[in-house]
Amino acid sequence: MSSDIDLEFEVNRRPIRLDVRPNETLAAVLRNRLALTGTKVSCDAQVCGTCTVLVDGRPVSSCTFLAADARGRRVTSVEGLGDAETGHLSHVQQAFVERAAFQCGYCTPGFLVSATALLAEVPHPTREQVVEYLEGNICRCTGYEAIVSAVLDAARVGTDDGAATP
Amino acid sequence: MSTGPTGITGTAPPSPVGERVQRRDAHAKVTGTAIFTADIVVPGMCHAQVVRSPYAHARLRAIRTDRARTMPGVVAVVTSEDLDDVELLYGHAVRDHPIMAVDRVRFAGEPVAAVVATDPVAAAAAAQAVEVDYEELPYVTDPMEALSDEAPVLHPIAGAMGQQRGFAEVEGPRHPNISSTSRHAFGDVAAELERADFVIEGEYEYPMVYAYAMEPYVAVARFSDRTLTVWSASQHPFLVQADLARCFGLPLSAVDVRVPYIGGGYGSKSYTKIEPLVAALALRAQRPVRLALTVEESILTVRSVPARMWIRSGFTRDGTLLAREGRFWMNGGAYAENSPRVANKATKRFAGPYRMRALDVQSWAIYTNTAPGSSYRGLGGPQGTFAGETQMDEAAERLAIDPVELRRLNLLRPGERPWPGARPFDADLHADLDIVVKRLGYGAPLPPGRGRAICLSSADAGAEPTSSAIVRLHADGSVTAMCGSAEMGQGSTTVLAQIAAAELGVSLDMVRLLNSDTSIVSYDRSTGASRTTTIMGLAIQRAAADVREQLAAWAMELHPDATVESERGGMRIDDRLVPWGEIVRGWFGAPGGEVVGRGYVRADGVTRESPLFWEVGCLGVEVSVERETGKVRVERIVTVGDVGRAIHPQLAEQQDIGGAIMGMGPALHEELRYVDQSMVNGNLWNYRVPRTTDLPEVDAVLAERADGIGPYGAKGSGEASINPIGPAIGNAVRNAVGIRLRRLPLTADRVWIALQEMVADERPSDTEDAARP
Repeated sequence: MSSDIDLEFEVNRRPIRLDVRPNETLAAVLRNRLALTGTKVSCDAQVCGTCTVLVDGRPVSSCTFLAADARGRRVTSVEGLGDAETGHLSHVQQAFVERAAFQCGYCTPGFLVSATALLAEVPHPTREQVVEYLEGNICRCTGYEAIVSAVLDAARVGTDDGAATP
Repeated sequence: MSTGPTGITGTAPPSPVGERVQRRDAHAKVTGTAIFTADIVVPGMCHAQVVRSPYAHARLRAIRTDRARTMPGVVAVVTSEDLDDVELLYGHAVRDHPIMAVDRVRFAGEPVAAVVATDPVAAAAAAQAVEVDYEELPYVTDPMEALSDEAPVLHPIAGAMGQQRGFAEVEGPRHPNISSTSRHAFGDVAAELERADFVIEGEYEYPMVYAYAMEPYVAVARFSDRTLTVWSASQHPFLVQADLARCFGLPLSAVDVRVPYIGGGYGSKSYTKIEPLVAALALRAQRPVRLALTVEESILTVRSVPARMWIRSGFTRDGTLLAREGRFWMNGGAYAENSPRVANKATKRFAGPYRMRALDVQSWAIYTNTAPGSSYRGLGGPQGTFAGETQMDEAAERLAIDPVELRRLNLLRPGERPWPGARPFDADLHADLDIVVKRLGYGAPLPPGRGRAICLSSADAGAEPTSSAIVRLHADGSVTAMCGSAEMGQGSTTVLAQIAAAELGVSLDMVRLLNSDTSIVSYDRSTGASRTTTIMGLAIQRAAADVREQLAAWAMELHPDATVESERGGMRIDDRLVPWGEIVRGWFGAPGGEVVGRGYVRADGVTRESPLFWEVGCLGVEVSVERETGKVRVERIVTVGDVGRAIHPQLAEQQDIGGAIMGMGPALHEELRYVDQSMVNGNLWNYRVPRTTDLPEVDAVLAERADGIGPYGAKGSGEASINPIGPAIGNAVRNAVGIRLRRLPLTADRVWIALQEMVADERPSDTEDAARP
C-alpha cells in the first residue's frame, strides 16, 4: 500500500492538516474525515453535480477530485457558504429558502455551490446564463424552474457572498 | 391557575392554510445540515459490498468464500446458505424475491453474496475475491418471448401471494412467466364496438426507465437489545417493518425502521428494497452494517415497468366515445416487486377521464431475466395514458374533429361515476381544459416546425386508506404531531404542520412534525399514490379534533359553572379565551402534562369509496422539431394542478412542474436498454435525464374548487402532470411535422428516420403506419 500524504489546505476558511490516502477523494475527506456531510455524492462519476465544491473559487466534482490535489488550496463546501458564526445565510441560500428551490434537498448543496461560483464570475447573469451554467447539476424533484428563479433573485439582491470570491 | 406563557390575549394566530410559509426543512437543506440515511453513522458500524451475478440466468454451482474471509478487515462473508435461520423470500405482491440468490440467479446484477468489512475499501477488495461457479441457463429478457412455450420458466414454483398486492388477482390458467393478471371491465365491449361507426386500433410502447432518485439506495442495520433497527431511505417504513418482522421472525414491536430525510423517491423507494439484505448481513456479522449502493447498482435494484400496449376505441360518427379495449404486456423483471400493481393501475388509468359505455382492459406483469420492475411516478399512469391519449388524437384526426373538442365531447362531468361502483368524479376537467386552451394559445398560428397539443389523464389515487396520527399538545401550548408519512421532498412535514396549526389555532412555529421512526410514530400504510396531504391530512385533522374534545371536557371539569366553548387557539370560558396550555396545566394541577389526541383513517365515511380521489392531469405543450436532426424541444408547458385546495400553493405548483419535467425524460430520451443478457446503459454517462437546458417555459396554474375529500377540500397532486406529458409531446410532434410515433421516447434518431420516411412517401404518415424505427 502506498503511504499516506500529509495534506495541508483550507476548508471553509479554516486551516486543515491531515494525512490522506493517495486515492482518497475530496468528497470522502470532507464527509468522513472532516464531518462535513453537507456535500453529497450521487453519480460518483462527475456527471450529476451533486458533490460540487469550490476549489480556489472554481467548482469541481469532489467525488472524483483527489484530496491530495487540494494541497495549499482553498476549499468551500455548502457549510462554508453562509456565515457559520452568525448563522446568516448567503444570498443564494436565502433565495433558495424563499423560492423553496429544493424538494428532497439531496442535490441542493451542489446547486448552491455552483450558483455561488456563477455569481462570483457573473454578478448579473441573464436567465440563459444561469441555465447554461447549471447544466452540470441534476435535480430530479423541482423541474429546475424554482432553482433558476432563485439564482436570478440572488443576483438581484447582491453578490457579496464572501466565500464565492475567488 | 397559572397564566398562559405564550401571550395569547384573546385571539388565535391566523391559519397558515393556503399560505406560502417557509418550508420546515429549508434551513437544514440549504446549510447542508439535513441528515440523510447516507449520513448515518452507528458505533461499531461495518461496511458491505455486494457480489452480483454477471449472468441473466444461471444455476449457482458453488460459491467459494474462503479466500475473501481471510482478507484484511473482513468481518463476514454471507451467502443465502448462511441464512438458514432467516425467511429468505419476501415480496409484498408475490413472495418470490430471495434476500440473496438461492440456487440460481435470475438477472444480471442479482446479489449472490456480500462481504462485510471494517471499511468500504476492504469490503470491495474482498468482494473481488469471492469466486462463484455459474452454469448458464437459457434466458429471456423480452416479455413477449417470455410468454412463448419454449421460454425458460423463471419461477418453476410460483411464489405465494403477498399481503399488500392491493387488488384482486384474475384467476385461471396462465403462463408460468406471468406473475399477475389484471382485468378492468364493464359493459359489453363487443356490442358497443359492433355498433360503433368507427373503430381505431393501434400498438403503443412506453419505455423502461430509471426514476433516478439522486440518493442511491442506502441502509444501515443493527441488531441490539432484542431489536432490529434499520435506517433506510424508505417511502413505506411500515411495510418494510412488516417484511423485516416476517423475514427475521420478530414481532413488529421489535423492528424499528427509521427514515431520515429521503433523497428523492418517485416510487423507487416504495416497498421493501435492500433492507432485508442489510439486516441479514448485520445478523451474521453481529455488527451494525451499512450498505450504500452506487447509482449503477441502484438501477439494477429497481427500474420502472415498461409497457407494450394494444388498444382500440370505438366512436360514433359525431365523436361520441362508446368503448375502449386494451391488452398490456408489462415487463416486470425477474421478481414481481410492485410490477403487478403497476400493471393493474395501468388498466385503471389508461381509458382517461371520459364517459363510455363499455371498457375491457387486461394486463399481464411478466417475468423476464431483467432487473426487477417496480413503481415509478404515476404508477401505470404514464404508460396507459400514452396509449389512450395518443389514440384520442388519432381518432380526432380520422373523425375530422379538433382533438380538444373530441375530448370535451366525452369528458366526464363532476359527479359522474367513471365506472360502475367507482367514486363519483371529483374534478372539473372542463374548466381545467378551458384554462390550458387559453393560456397555451391553442389554435393560434405557429411557425413551421412547431406544434401544440393538450392531453388529459385521470388516475385512481390515494392507495389504501389505512393511516393514523398522534397529536400531542404540551403544557406550554406547543404541539408535536406524529405520523408515519415520509418526507421525501414533497413537503409533507410543512403541509401537515400547517394543518395541525390551523386545527388547533396555534402559530406554525409552535408545531413540530415528527415523521421518522416506526417505534415512535403510529402506523401509516405508505407515502405514495399522492395520498399524504389527503389521507394523513385527515388523520392529523382528526387527532387535533380529539385534542380539542379532550380539552373541552377538561375545561368543563375545571369550570363546572361557566359557559365553555371551543375556539381556535383555546377555550372560551365565559368571556375569556383561555389558551390550551393553561387548561392542560390546570387539569393536571401541575406545571407539566399534555393531551394526547388520536386520529384514524380507514375505509369508512369520506374514505369509504374507492378510489379515495381522482388525480387528474390537464397539460398542454408546444414543441419545436428540428427537421435536419430530428431533435424535439419542448418550448412551453401549461399545466393545471387540480388540487381541490392548495394548503401550500408553492409546493403544489412545484409538484406539477416537477412531475412534468420528469416526464419529459421518458418522452424524449430516457430508455434503459437490454442487449443480450445485460442492461447496456445502466449508468449516468449513457442514461440522460432532463437538465436545466431542457427546461421549457412553464406555466403552472392551480385550480382550487375544494372538491376533494382531504382537509379543506384538498386532493393529492404530484403524479398528475407526468401522466399526460408523454402523449402531449407525441401529439404535438405530429402537429408540428406530420409524423406519428407510437413508441416513446421520441429520440432524435427515431424522429429523423420517421421524417425521412414521410418525405419518401410524400405524404403525412397516416395512422396505419406504425412508423417504428
